[in-house]
Amino acid sequence: MKDTDIKRLLYTHLLCIFSIILSIFIPSFFLENFSILETHLTWLCICSVFVTAVNLLLYLVVKPNASSKRSSLSYKVTRFLKCCIYFLMSCFFFHVIFVLYGAPLIELVLETFLFAVILSTFTTVPCLCLLGPNIKAWLRVFSRNGVTSIWENSLQITTISSFIGTWLGAFPIPLDWERPWQVWPISCTLGATFGYVAGLVISPLWIYWNRKQLTYKNH
Amino acid sequence: MQKISVLLFLAWVCFLFYAGIALFTSGFLLTRLELTNHSSCQEPPGPGSLPWGSQGKPGACWMASRFSRLVLVLIDALRFDFAQPQPSHSPGEPPVSLPFLGKLNCLQRILEIQPHHARLYQSKADPPTTTMQRLKALTTGSLPTFIDAGSNFASHAIVEDNLIKQLASAGRRVVFMGDDTWKDLFPGAFSQAFFFPSFNVRDLHTVDNGILEHLYPTMDSGEWDMLIAHFLGVDHCGHKYGPHHPEMAKKLSQMDQVIQGLVERLENDTLLVVIGDHGMTMTGDHGGDSELEISAALFLYSPKALFPGAPPEVSRFLHTYSAAAQDLQVKELHRLQTLFNKASADYQRLLQRPQGPEAALQTVITELQQFLRGVRAMCIQSWARFSLGRMAGGAALMAAACFLCLLVSQWATSPGFCFRPLLTLMACGLAGTIVCAGLLTTTGLKLDPVVLGAMAAAGSLLPFLWKAWAGWGSRRPLVALLPIPGPVLLFLLIRFAAFFSDSFVVAEARATPFLLGSLILLLIAQLHWEGKLLPPKLLTIPRLCFSASTGPPRHNGTHALGLGVGLLLCIRLAGLFHRCPEETPACHSSPWLSPLASMVGGRAKNLWYGACVGALVALLAAVRLWLRRYSNLKSPEPSVLFVRWGLPLMALGTAAYWALASGADEAPPRLRALVAGASVVLPRAVAGLAASGLMLLLWRPVTVLVKATTGAPRTRTVLTPFSGPPTSRADLDYVVPQIYRHMQEEFRGRLERTKSQGPLTVAACHLGSVYSAAMVTALTLLAFPLLLLHAERISLVFLLLFLQSFLLLHLLAAGIPITTPGPFTVPWQAVSAWALMATQTFYSMGHQPVFPAIHWHAAFVGFPEGHGSSTWLPALLVGANTFASHLLFAVGCPLLLLWPFLCENQGPRKRWQPLGRNEAEARVRPEEEEEPLMEMRLRDAPHHFNAALLQLSLKYLFVLGIQILACALAASILRRHLMVWKVFAPKFIFEAMGFIVSSVGLFLGIALVMRVDGAVSSWFRQLVLAQQR
Repeated sequence: MKDTDIKRLLYTHLLCIFSIILSIFIPSFFLENFSILETHLTWLCICSVFVTAVNLLLYLVVKPNASSKRSSLSYKVTRFLKCCIYFLMSCFFFHVIFVLYGAPLIELVLETFLFAVILSTFTTVPCLCLLGPNIKAWLRVFSRNGVTSIWENSLQITTISSFIGTWLGAFPIPLDWERPWQVWPISCTLGATFGYVAGLVISPLWIYWNRKQLTYKNH
Repeated sequence: MQKISVLLFLAWVCFLFYAGIALFTSGFLLTRLELTNHSSCQEPPGPGSLPWGSQGKPGACWMASRFSRLVLVLIDALRFDFAQPQPSHSPGEPPVSLPFLGKLNCLQRILEIQPHHARLYQSKADPPTTTMQRLKALTTGSLPTFIDAGSNFASHAIVEDNLIKQLASAGRRVVFMGDDTWKDLFPGAFSQAFFFPSFNVRDLHTVDNGILEHLYPTMDSGEWDMLIAHFLGVDHCGHKYGPHHPEMAKKLSQMDQVIQGLVERLENDTLLVVIGDHGMTMTGDHGGDSELEISAALFLYSPKALFPGAPPEVSRFLHTYSAAAQDLQVKELHRLQTLFNKASADYQRLLQRPQGPEAALQTVITELQQFLRGVRAMCIQSWARFSLGRMAGGAALMAAACFLCLLVSQWATSPGFCFRPLLTLMACGLAGTIVCAGLLTTTGLKLDPVVLGAMAAAGSLLPFLWKAWAGWGSRRPLVALLPIPGPVLLFLLIRFAAFFSDSFVVAEARATPFLLGSLILLLIAQLHWEGKLLPPKLLTIPRLCFSASTGPPRHNGTHALGLGVGLLLCIRLAGLFHRCPEETPACHSSPWLSPLASMVGGRAKNLWYGACVGALVALLAAVRLWLRRYSNLKSPEPSVLFVRWGLPLMALGTAAYWALASGADEAPPRLRALVAGASVVLPRAVAGLAASGLMLLLWRPVTVLVKATTGAPRTRTVLTPFSGPPTSRADLDYVVPQIYRHMQEEFRGRLERTKSQGPLTVAACHLGSVYSAAMVTALTLLAFPLLLLHAERISLVFLLLFLQSFLLLHLLAAGIPITTPGPFTVPWQAVSAWALMATQTFYSMGHQPVFPAIHWHAAFVGFPEGHGSSTWLPALLVGANTFASHLLFAVGCPLLLLWPFLCENQGPRKRWQPLGRNEAEARVRPEEEEEPLMEMRLRDAPHHFNAALLQLSLKYLFVLGIQILACALAASILRRHLMVWKVFAPKFIFEAMGFIVSSVGLFLGIALVMRVDGAVSSWFRQLVLAQQR
């Protein structure tokens, strides 16, 4: 593992953060009355699209796992379709988990689903980009001593911090501060976003800090 | 001996907590000082003579009486909008047809026809809006305090100056009829009285009909000066059906007729007052301070025209009270005093110039009003006075007890743990304290029993703390003090912190399932993280042999995930049965919490009834299935027979009782007596059956089928077929004992063969689940009477309760390693999840930690006529209803220790089937298939077993203890918070009661396990004796 790798990681992460910041400011040039809280659903869609686009772009440019054996077009197309199906499935899975956690079942369905979409964007899309539609590899990465590169390590950190951010985002809902962002699911989506950004910032630093201890075995 | 020491130690720890709670409570929940001074006619209220100049007139006191007689009609829970006149609706709009609107027509008519003779006011009731508090407030003119709210059903005589006593001492004849709460409040004050029982809130008519029987004759007889009639029908109708039921319309129409009748009989010198003591919420409850509860109607009417006026008595009261109590703030007192002096001076001046300007009068009025408001605010502020020392002492005691639990549960996991030092420490402390207490009493110092108990607790704690301190510095680092793993510690901290926010206490019904679900998902994630889960089947290459032989330590990933999702689903479904706290008006309570009798539609009612009976049958079937799976249903023991026949009988009784209760009003008149009789007998019969079942279980707890066979000695081949060299430590752990046992059996078989030809072989079936079978049976037996105390549809929650605790136990068992010989441990996450689930079920059974939400109707299950004068039985029934989930989970707590051993069964069983039977097994009959040792592993190490039980119960007490500690700290730190009487104090009281119930239940559960253990030992002894003979 070289320092250049960590630098590349840092730059890609900064780009992701930049895309999120852009998703806050760019739409206000095109849309009237745009603000994160009031037109929250629009922002969710835009942010999700931005982050996905940047992730795909980075995947195509940086190619962290370049060792793809086959490269026929049909293989790529099926892989892409599989990725789309996985993404949708993860959205539905998160939706079900939210409902089981206490989200309303019938009211606010669209809000809950878009929340599931943005959480999938923060967690599933990087997984798909890095590991492909391969659940076995996912399970490997998210277990003790399972990571094999700094990319996977940073993936682990950002994903877990996104989940923690989402979880913490639910805490202000019962409080009686009467703020507009205390409504389901705004505080949770904001929490997820903060968690994701925090993960993006922390993971290069953490890896840099522990670069002596980290040893990755190859597959 | 060890068992007794475990129980003794537990009892002592419970005592520590109780002492802390009692000390804190005595400092926190203080009552208002009640003055016994009485006003008299000879002492006028203010300086100088009274303006009305009435001293000389006969029968007058401070002022001349305008009316010589009064009829006071108190209609319980008469909300203002019940009496409000309805605007005659315009022909275009459809009329609003709420059952409670516009039913008191005669008020409206009188107000329209005789506007100068009648007034209708909206009166604001001071919370707590419970009947006794309101009666006290109405007759004494003071503020009711929170503490009095607890004594609603054991009311005591009023010692303060009050209206009734003044009238009686002035020689007026006060006649009372109605609610018997008055009997306790004013004993012997009435010249004539007709009391009727008030406790039975399901009975709409007894009190009202009784009053009507006596009202008009008494009125016509003329032997009264004040006539009080307290009607309860409206209140009870609200409790039973809610204000939106057609029954409410009937009741209000009846009240309308009563008022009409009274108005017709009124003479010229008589005043009629119709008043509601409080209102009611949308569901018909009261007790809190929501707008609907505090708005009550006040209607005045007289054949003579009415008048204005108001005297100043409050200042003198304030003066006397501040002299007697010294708890009012001095500065505020001075301000009010000057305000009052100024006002009275202005008043006197005004009196000397009767033709003064209108503005001067207005200033006097505003000054007086300001004064009164100031007094009121100051009294409210001050009449919750705390004793800070006691509160701090109680909290410290609880904290120390928590620390002790943590410490000793850590000691109990260490291998070299022994009980003797614990007991000696405890005995030293107790003996020392008793000696001290004895000395104190001989010196004649009188102490509160609460303080004495707290001192005893603190004194007996000291040796432990000293020992901990001594052992700490030398070898224990600080980290070892917190043996709780990080994530669980975080959860406990969040739970601890949540008690300090009123929003979170109010939202606890939603926060607890959230935390519980997070804990469950965290458990699964942790299992995966540590590699204890097998990847899902779809992804593994099918290597049958290999995957089979690595059974015990790893679990199927999809299985664990399925358990987790099932649990989340159960929790979510149980959350559908929530009751809203009154602070969140946007939230709607679940309609499924009301009893079936309040439903109007016939078809829906029948469907729901079917669902409830279905839940009952499913619960029964699940328990029987479980027992059959572990084959505890085959033995001829009486307790097993009871499970087979008694439980269905109980279910049948419950179903029949529900049918009667939900349809009692529709029964044909001929069957009324039968129905009434059955609704008395059935619940008692079910409770009796449950009690006898528990007795049987205690008497013969061993549910083991013994088979004595004379025949060829068996050789058990228990070895797993060779499937490659052992790959892991776990494999070795599993295979080596098998080889050992195989050899042992071979050897024994050879010995027996040499001894006699036909040796007696005893096969005990399913000894491995003997503890948990007894526990599950006991829990089911407990659940049935508790279920009967709840509304019918809560039975679905009971079903979910059993289901989700089953799933949770399975999930936890996956994460708990079985350490075969060594000390057994129950991990913290298991105990925390169990405690969280108890709280979650408390809410999903339709409870809230506030007094108006208590299900009072539980007191009438089996006693539809009420209880007469005894209060402990209804209190017991209501308590059992409220704390059912605490009790069940506490009693079932030992299952956390037992279940991993039980789950050991599954690995081998799956293993045998695909491999087929080799020749040696074929000779063994099916029942005698190799059984894993399961819970007998615990018996093999009795010392560790007892230590584990102690450790488990201490951990549970710790988790509960920090909850009550957090409540106490929150209540004391936030004692001047706006919500202290509404949220924190009730929460503390409920949590304290829950703690007491839980600790008792835990004690009973542990005692039951020990009883089973003793019975198993004696059973083995008998077996050995029988073999020797």
